Amino acid sequence: MFVFFLRRIGLIIPTFLGITLLVFSLIHMIPGDAVEAMSGERGMEPERYARLLHEFGLDRPLYVQYFDYLGNVLRGNLGNSISTHEPVLKEFMTLFPATLELAICAILVALVIGLPAGMLAAIKRNTFLDYSVMGISLTGYSMPIFWWALLLILLFSVTLGWTPVSGRLDILFDLPPVTGFMLIDSLLSGEEGAFKSAVSHLILPSIALGTIPLAVIARMTRSSMLEVLREDYVRTARAKGLSRLRVVGIHAFRNALIPVITVIGLQVGTLLAGAILTETIFSWPGIGKWLVEAIHRRDYPVVQGGILLSATIIILVNLIVDVLYGVINPRIRHTA
Amino acid sequence: MKQQRMLMAKFALVAAFGTCAGSAMAAKTLVFCSEGSPEGFNPQLFTTGTTADASSVPMYNRLVEFDLGTTNIVPGLAQSWTIAPDGLTYTFKLRPGVKFHGSAKFKPTRDMNADDILFSYNRMADPKHPFHSTAVGQTFAYYEDMGLEKIVDKLEKVDNMTVRFKLKHAEAPFLADLAMDFASILSAEYADKMKAAGTPDVIDREPVGTGPFQFTSYQKDAVIRYKAFDAYWGGRPKIDNLIYAITPDASVRYAKLKAGECHVMAFPKPADIAAMKADKNITLLSKEGLNVGYIGFNVEKKPFDSKLVRQALSMAVDKQTILKTVYQGAGQLAKNLIPPMMWSYNDQIKDFPYDVAKAKALMVKAGYGNGVTIDLWYLPVSRPYNPDGKRMAVLIQADWEKIGVKTRLLTYEWGEYKKRSKSGEQGAMMFGWTGDNGDPDNFFVPILSCAAVEGGGNTARWCNKAFEEQIAKAKTAPTQAERAKFYEQAQVIAHDEAPLLEIAHSVRFTPVRKEVVGFQMDAVGHHNFGKVDLVK
Repeated sequence: MFVFFLRRIGLIIPTFLGITLLVFSLIHMIPGDAVEAMSGERGMEPERYARLLHEFGLDRPLYVQYFDYLGNVLRGNLGNSISTHEPVLKEFMTLFPATLELAICAILVALVIGLPAGMLAAIKRNTFLDYSVMGISLTGYSMPIFWWALLLILLFSVTLGWTPVSGRLDILFDLPPVTGFMLIDSLLSGEEGAFKSAVSHLILPSIALGTIPLAVIARMTRSSMLEVLREDYVRTARAKGLSRLRVVGIHAFRNALIPVITVIGLQVGTLLAGAILTETIFSWPGIGKWLVEAIHRRDYPVVQGGILLSATIIILVNLIVDVLYGVINPRIRHTA
Repeated sequence: MKQQRMLMAKFALVAAFGTCAGSAMAAKTLVFCSEGSPEGFNPQLFTTGTTADASSVPMYNRLVEFDLGTTNIVPGLAQSWTIAPDGLTYTFKLRPGVKFHGSAKFKPTRDMNADDILFSYNRMADPKHPFHSTAVGQTFAYYEDMGLEKIVDKLEKVDNMTVRFKLKHAEAPFLADLAMDFASILSAEYADKMKAAGTPDVIDREPVGTGPFQFTSYQKDAVIRYKAFDAYWGGRPKIDNLIYAITPDASVRYAKLKAGECHVMAFPKPADIAAMKADKNITLLSKEGLNVGYIGFNVEKKPFDSKLVRQALSMAVDKQTILKTVYQGAGQLAKNLIPPMMWSYNDQIKDFPYDVAKAKALMVKAGYGNGVTIDLWYLPVSRPYNPDGKRMAVLIQADWEKIGVKTRLLTYEWGEYKKRSKSGEQGAMMFGWTGDNGDPDNFFVPILSCAAVEGGGNTARWCNKAFEEQIAKAKTAPTQAERAKFYEQAQVIAHDEAPLLEIAHSVRFTPVRKEVVGFQMDAVGHHNFGKVDLVK
């Protein structure tokens, strides 16, 4: 097991280096630069343009900039934002809890609705219920997030007035950030109504962000359940006289869950990508919105650092999943 | 009805908060749905309107100010000033009794005085100043953009309440420059204290100014909170709390305004204007924009080197249709570079008529009777002076086709678009300008001066001696009336030479809820809540 773990860690190093190189190359391939982005319509005299490029270290050959950046990253220094002058790590750590909180709630929405919906569709195969679940999940999977989010706002916030339009908490609550997780901070504050406000602000963004994972989980649960329900041991269990609920709910569902868990793990990336749009629409102060603005401003340290940190989180989640597989299934441990 | 109930509930909540805070009266809180996060809270360091809106407007003052709603210069922290006849010396008498805000780290012990003025300017001007480079990559971009390092020779303290600027050369727009956001006055006492504590960078992050509101807290990308400054020299604001709810999406800002979650919203989408006008809970304010959208003809390239061709292309464009379809009526036709609201606007100039036959004749006269193929670069992004560059380009392409000009439409990513234009790669190029300070010099120099060819602002790359003479004389003329004469003549030259096809000046809109009273639109595009009140 220890060798397996070391092997997995060993694979992370080239992945990590690959990400730094890829992100660095891609952001520098985008036309324009940070100084040009700052200049607006006014234009800039060539001498001043050259001086600013020099001050930001952007006049050096790209490979020098890359190795300099890599050296700093290895020392734990992700640099400072070109636009705000704040350290990238500090900005990331301020904003990441908001994204994480939203992602957790979105995946919960996806699981709570997606798993039973998929199960029901499998049990009631080829019925109206099955077609409805699959039709709705296909629609959910195909809908652009920004459009879906705006529809939710127009219906539930503007027309019905049930939920707030955007933000993380009613603007009139001024809570000092303790953990950065609004649900926890609102509870800790002891302010009456703050927790309820935080929950109500989470509803629509969680639905918007959770829709695609929900659709994927529902479809995957259905197909996985259908496969398992055809297995001999399920038939044997039924023949032994076990109740349908016990066979489906305990024996079949537990086994059907293995590929579903894999899919849930893969949704971490989808959630972080989806957060970019969801956060913009719902004015959610997370890393998605921060990265988009940084790309517009050609704020290289923010884009490089932000993506690197996000990728590191995905790598770690995958490592945990891999190791857990190894723990659960020794065949994976030995063949990997 | 539901919205009204929600709004009343919010007022009740606001009132409850006010009581909790120990206020005798119910606290009045105004929520402004702003479009983005500020880059920081020191207006000396940044150039965007979003940052100015969150820093210099609510929290700082300048020696002189723009009168709200106009670009007229009025006293600010200086209660009076004199300009020497040669235009080289500006002496400012400071306003007595001006208080700085306090913060958790700083309690001011004195009123604003000449040391604060010297600190604020010298910090930007002098590379050796201890606060010139307190942050990594810090630049005083706007100070440099306005060329002040080439204008100001030195700043002197005459006495505790008098300062004097000595200029290297006469520069009539200098006073207007001093009313701009970057010229905000910071506390020297606060800076000294933070330096002594080993945290000089705090002055840029935790703002202390003299403005109507003082900083309370900021959560990045979420909310900025201010409270009314009781000791504000201009009179305490009528609202108690000011909150900026940062909401980047314009549709969501509108949804929040409708739901009563904010009272004022920034930058509505043109497509929502009609619905806002019809909404009885919303007052839609509008103001002529201090801007111009235009097409520059690169005079260094054929066929744009011919004045006749430039005039023909100008005549062949149906600007009225562009105004209707691209600006959706939210603009006014442009015939000059500067907008009609600006002093020295030459209304005697007759715009080129939309005349296809005459345009064709001019093309024949210029030697292009058999037609010609040109490039038109169109804006890749929506800008305040041009909401839809591509749609405008398609309309113009069809218009020019009628006089035998085939047009290739090209565009690049915004940064690349500007970068390529510096090297003169473009043929005809869509561009525009939003004024900084209401002085005509701030339009003529960055758009059409010879110096702006190198910097990239002059996309027509037109450098005309007669025009240059007029704008140079206008810079040094002693009175506004004399300056106006030179600018009027400059407009005549620019119109005749036609290096630009001016399309339109856009109109800005600000929707506010009915319960907001006293909100006035700012001429330079900021949102000022210093004199606003809320009624039930």
